[in-house]
Amino acid sequence: MTDTTLPREEREATLKGVGCARRRTEDARFIQGKGNYVDDVKLPGMLFGDFVRSPYAHARVKSIDASAAKALPGVKAVLTAADLKPLGLHYMPTLAGDVQAVLADEKVLYQNQEVAFVVAEDRYVAADAVELITVEYEELPVLVDPFKAMDERAPLLRDDIKDKMDGSHGKRRHHNHIFTWEVGDKAGTDDVFAKAAVTIKELISYQRVHPSPLETCSCVASMDKIRGELTVWGTFQAPHVIRTVASILSGIPEHKVRIIAPDIGGGFGNKVGAYPGYICAVVASIVLGVPVKWVEDRMENLSTTSFARDYHMTCELAATNEGKLLGLRAHVLADHGAFDACADPTKYPAGFFSICTGSYDIPVAHLTVDGVYTNKAPGGVAYRCSFRVTEAAYMIERAMDILAQKLGMDPADLRMKNFIQPEQFPYRSALGWEYDSGNYPAALTKAMEAVGYRALREEQARNREAFARGETRELMGIGVAFFTEIVGAGPTKNCDILGIGMFDSAEIRVHPTGAVIARMGTKSQGQGHETTYAQIIATELGIDADLITVEEGDTSTAPYGLGTYGSRSTPVAGAATAVAARKIRAKAQMIAAHLLEVADNDLEWDVDRFRVKGLPEKFKTMKEIAWAAYNVPPPNMEPGLEATSYYDPPNMTYPFGAYICVMDIDVDTGSSKVRRFYALDDCGTRINPMIIEGQVHGGLTEGFGIAMGQEIAYDPLGNVMGASFLDFFLPTAVETPVWETDWTVTPSPHHPIGAKGVGESPNVGSVPCFSNAVNDAFAPFGIGHIQMPHDAWRVWKAAEKAGLHG
Amino acid sequence: MATRTVSLTVNGKPVSAEVEDRTLLIHFLREHLNITGPHVGCDTSHCGACTVDLDGRSVKSCTLFAVQADGGEVLTIEGMAAPDGTLHALQEGFSAMHGLQCGFCTPGMITRAYRLLKENPNPTDEEIRFGISGNLCRCTGYQNIVKAIRYAADKLNSPTLQEAAE
Repeated sequence: MTDTTLPREEREATLKGVGCARRRTEDARFIQGKGNYVDDVKLPGMLFGDFVRSPYAHARVKSIDASAAKALPGVKAVLTAADLKPLGLHYMPTLAGDVQAVLADEKVLYQNQEVAFVVAEDRYVAADAVELITVEYEELPVLVDPFKAMDERAPLLRDDIKDKMDGSHGKRRHHNHIFTWEVGDKAGTDDVFAKAAVTIKELISYQRVHPSPLETCSCVASMDKIRGELTVWGTFQAPHVIRTVASILSGIPEHKVRIIAPDIGGGFGNKVGAYPGYICAVVASIVLGVPVKWVEDRMENLSTTSFARDYHMTCELAATNEGKLLGLRAHVLADHGAFDACADPTKYPAGFFSICTGSYDIPVAHLTVDGVYTNKAPGGVAYRCSFRVTEAAYMIERAMDILAQKLGMDPADLRMKNFIQPEQFPYRSALGWEYDSGNYPAALTKAMEAVGYRALREEQARNREAFARGETRELMGIGVAFFTEIVGAGPTKNCDILGIGMFDSAEIRVHPTGAVIARMGTKSQGQGHETTYAQIIATELGIDADLITVEEGDTSTAPYGLGTYGSRSTPVAGAATAVAARKIRAKAQMIAAHLLEVADNDLEWDVDRFRVKGLPEKFKTMKEIAWAAYNVPPPNMEPGLEATSYYDPPNMTYPFGAYICVMDIDVDTGSSKVRRFYALDDCGTRINPMIIEGQVHGGLTEGFGIAMGQEIAYDPLGNVMGASFLDFFLPTAVETPVWETDWTVTPSPHHPIGAKGVGESPNVGSVPCFSNAVNDAFAPFGIGHIQMPHDAWRVWKAAEKAGLHG
Repeated sequence: MATRTVSLTVNGKPVSAEVEDRTLLIHFLREHLNITGPHVGCDTSHCGACTVDLDGRSVKSCTLFAVQADGGEVLTIEGMAAPDGTLHALQEGFSAMHGLQCGFCTPGMITRAYRLLKENPNPTDEEIRFGISGNLCRCTGYQNIVKAIRYAADKLNSPTLQEAAE
């Protein structure tokens, strides 16, 4: 029982609600080895699936001989496209309106593509059987370079759609063309560029990378033929959508399909889509009548399921001689690989790339994006970003530095001069977005003061003089980046996935004793939802967060939601949580009024209770009200105390931040050392500062990996060259810099508690910041834009190009 | 496929089982013994999610056959807390310092840190970073993991706590 004599502040503190750096409720199981991940699921009679994969990037499949594999003791089945065809399952729909081969149908289109699926008693026998399957291929010309995809004589990749020139996003003008997306005012923009005093134009590429969560993709499919029920445990960031898709594809009614996403070992966008392994495991379980597990290995993960980026962005800016921006013009060549398996809201084939005007008041802009097919793995997922926002932020933030250099202006000053001003919000951008709130000058000013920006520039000037005199072989680079994200997709009027609006949901039940269970349509992959949603409810309902259980991921119990990606959990499901809690509080107020024998509006809310206005000693706590809801509800009121909210957000949210990096580069070895990295994030209302800081640290580290070394590269034959952790750079604790974090708070005006989302900001903001630091170090030498990743070899080559090796 | 009997001690308990020669230690632990704390993250011994302690050394159990552990003593995350359920200082530190997010690397990371603190009871931050460089984390950026290990080192080095333990 709450001590009624406690002052307000102390009662608030006991709730551990919004703003509290509360320890995570999830931790207890993870620190004791009691997490429950998909590969921990073990069912009686369970079999294991494994894939035969293509060694070639482009080839005709002439024959598949599985006889030796089928004869191996312990092998239960081998599936090929020929087996899936009669079921109509040899292709599956992608989120982008394309189809993707589940098992190669006559042709393989990228290295490691799935050709056959073996099911065996254990994973060792399955691997043995894979080795025993002989596939005869006829090699075809390989297309790796996206810039050559639409050449007249470019090889035809997609035989299956060669006659289908009406794509999901308009006419296709070449057999390797997927879509053209155009936004903005072409004539107006061309006009501005024709007259502008200063323009820049640069090809800025963002290389192909991979989200690589530590747990790979996996599932266990279990068909109960007696009940006609399919249950699938899987690494799903969006379990409800997976259920709908599974139902549509399999023909099993949706109420007979149960999807369970248990603990997930990181997602970062990798676990949004559906992959051939899921379909094959489900088909195998239906055919064999026993559970079938499929677990990707790391090479399969890096080389087949969902790359990110691979955007080649030609950006132009027009400005006055004084550095006032006049217009932006951009063209993007988007390499989607062999199938368009990009994970974007349906109407946005290039995601929210049109946020590329960034944090600046740019009067006019025009953007075109061309998507093309190549002989590479399919995908284009939002790797810790909201649908191509990180590519957009990278482009505009590099372009701003290039313009600053041309103008001879300090890059921070150029940004300050062009910021959207606080009084301009809500701000309508030239490419059509309505930014909800922000105070950009305050954030950048705070960041510059925190790092002593002017003094750093003076130090850099001395470093450059010393370098010129031959007194040092190190160059100092200062990276500045200011990003605005667009997250929280999204309003159902323009955002949907496969026709389902991108709302999200919360269902809250207050039990008679005042303890609570809440269930959400989202799914944490490490973000700490069980902790933070409870904090929102704690504050809204005046109930100790420790008395609130949060559950997600089981479609049989959780309300329908669109899942966790694109920083949408807090903006959308977090809003649903607050709205559902407020419905409960409204009912609680009526119950309290009944118990206190006053009118509803004679009461006021006070942290954890309703009290009679002017008579603070007369009150009912939420705990008392909960008991009464199940015992003596007011006449004509249903018993119980619960509510559900399906929240359709009125707008996206627009978190922003100011990042500054100081880097020292050894021009002789190409090695770079991050001396300092300061990240200021404004994510609106801060629910749990400890978790926010953790999210920022993690995102910065991912951004560091991307900018300084990651690449999924292909050789001219289409061999993937970054398919293990030997070749694909993941920072260890040794390389990872020490992070400094900071914040400002500009609440979202349309979100019930003003929160904007934060998980992806540090990935979006840090990549241009690192890249700007490297480019800034070499700025005096006139070598132009240096492409990522900035590993030692490429940095050394930049120094070589700058003539710094004598 | 040839099989063999392996006998070893896992978290203080003797176990004996018939395994194929090629069975990896990680699969023996996870699938034969249902010890699912250690995870497989990469198959190439880069990520360290499978780290366990074998005869006083950190090993990556995805790169070791079960038969190589025959006669050995294995400690996994499941054996880290005291028999009465009291958490190890490292387990406490990881939670207190927010040294984990998705939790997938955590069992390997804590098991590695356990051995690190035996090897070097009072490491500098730089030594901690080097000491856990065989364990990858994709979520935390390591900074809070370093703090968590520091927290545990301080607690284990505190004389009052040591006396209480004796």
